[in-house]
Amino acid sequence: MRPRFFVSARDARLVSAVGFLELAAFYFYSILPIRRYTMVATNGIALDIQHVSKKFNQSTWLKRNGASKPVVAVDDISLQVQRGEIFGVLGPNGSGKSTFIRLLSTLLVPDSGHVTIFGLDITRDERAVQRMINRVSVEAAFFKKLSPIENLMYGARLYGLGGAEARAKIDAILKRLDLRADAVNRPMEEMSRGMQQKVAIARALLTAPVLLLLDEPTTGLDPRSKREVQTLVRELRDTHDATIVLTTHDMDEAEALCDRIAIVDDGRIVALDTPAGLKKLVARNGHEPTLEDVFMQLTGKQLVTEETL
Amino acid sequence: MTTLTYELKASYAFIERNINIVKRYWAWEMVWLFYSVTNSLSVAYIGPGVSAISTSTIDSHYLVLYLIIGTIVWRYLSVIFYWLTDIIGMERWEGTIEYTLMAPITRLTHLAGHTAFAVVYSMFHTAVILGITALFFELDLTKANLVGGTLVLLVGSISFIGVGIAAAILPLLFPEKGSQMTHVIIALLLLVSGVYYPVSVLPEWLRFFAQYSPATYVLAGTRAALLNGAPTITLWEYIAPLIVMGILLVPIGLWLFRLAEQYAKRTGKLKRNG
Repeated sequence: MRPRFFVSARDARLVSAVGFLELAAFYFYSILPIRRYTMVATNGIALDIQHVSKKFNQSTWLKRNGASKPVVAVDDISLQVQRGEIFGVLGPNGSGKSTFIRLLSTLLVPDSGHVTIFGLDITRDERAVQRMINRVSVEAAFFKKLSPIENLMYGARLYGLGGAEARAKIDAILKRLDLRADAVNRPMEEMSRGMQQKVAIARALLTAPVLLLLDEPTTGLDPRSKREVQTLVRELRDTHDATIVLTTHDMDEAEALCDRIAIVDDGRIVALDTPAGLKKLVARNGHEPTLEDVFMQLTGKQLVTEETL
Repeated sequence: MTTLTYELKASYAFIERNINIVKRYWAWEMVWLFYSVTNSLSVAYIGPGVSAISTSTIDSHYLVLYLIIGTIVWRYLSVIFYWLTDIIGMERWEGTIEYTLMAPITRLTHLAGHTAFAVVYSMFHTAVILGITALFFELDLTKANLVGGTLVLLVGSISFIGVGIAAAILPLLFPEKGSQMTHVIIALLLLVSGVYYPVSVLPEWLRFFAQYSPATYVLAGTRAALLNGAPTITLWEYIAPLIVMGILLVPIGLWLFRLAEQYAKRTGKLKRNG
């Protein structure tokens, strides 16, 4: 049987015309120079967050069983981060740190509130914001069968870098990160978690982000790797003029790296100050208070870290 | 740098990465190829099988070629479809989908890179299957219009790209079972499109769906060209609906994918790995 046409010749002409217009529009868009977004003068403010909230609904099955209350992951957060600052977000597991980073990464849409990065709105100017940021997540997400070089080439090309330029940058960054030469061409699955995390940091650095989002970058690393990553973070700020937002539940790390720290609990900021300023918030009781003392006093909870589990 | 240059460079990221994936999974590729070849041979041997079983005289050469065209065309189209859906499933499983979706590129660039790779990969895959299958049977292609058949196949790929992009929202939203769900789409297309039998043998209500399947036109067109040697100009009746479907299905696929992406960003579904 010959298939019957399901459209008339008139319809076919109409659809073809629409298709032609689509192609013409795409061609016109394609020959335009890339729109260069300039960082808006923001009085040195790199990140401006105003009343941002994000909640997640429970599954339908749970709703039927009377547990339909949505989980509020980020609850009316407002803060500003200055250009060149290392800003820490300290909180226990499940406090909303990763949701916060995902919101800034354009991977989540806020339910309410506004976020601007160097004056650009993360929802309205999504593409321009994406060019300025990069993120290192707690899990080093890679194609594990591919080598570091292959994964990094993919990351570089995604951001419009050519082959030669990408290769030169990759070589320089891997050298700086002290990755063994024999490891860079072997599958990622053969590398330790610490090494994988270093490659994740290399991937983020390749695109020279002006705002770097680090979501628990040292979780699960051995002490030596942890120190190396921390040194790198400081170096980044000092040499690359990068602004860094770092989430952690490691109080020593927060204190050592961050210019200011926001303590979050149940999606809310319970305190925001310099490490020294936060310590002044609690009574001394005869000894220098730690950030854990601050956290316990402000939230009534213990900050359970991976190391204490 | 123009937007086009930038987007083309970014698009190449997916082509290069997929080539690397194929190289790294070379053993799996061999297994897949072996499976595809044996599957196609099994289908082709139905031709001589029917001749042996049947009491009436059957032109088994015609039947074998009919079945081989069906299996080869179907293999070509389904490989394109599965590359587009499986790669999204793989990204979910590896956890790299978040990294890909936060890159400053359009979804068109993203999926165009995958598509370009999928078409070339599928052509190579299909050529190998055809080559090996041809060793087992005496295929008489002296009357065949090879150029016309290839043209129908290439135009038909555009529609399957649209279907594949639309189906890729399943692994995007359902990391555990999304890839398996795509089998339902491909099974329905296999049923109604006349891959191994003429559409005319189907009940009327299934024939209704057949006219909306791009595979119906690809199969009918390639069979007309290769079995009957129909001149290219007469293949227009198959190519025209395929062009219309392609023009409609690719933007619809992209639009659906974009909607699914926005939904995933609203509900936090990108986070969970498979």
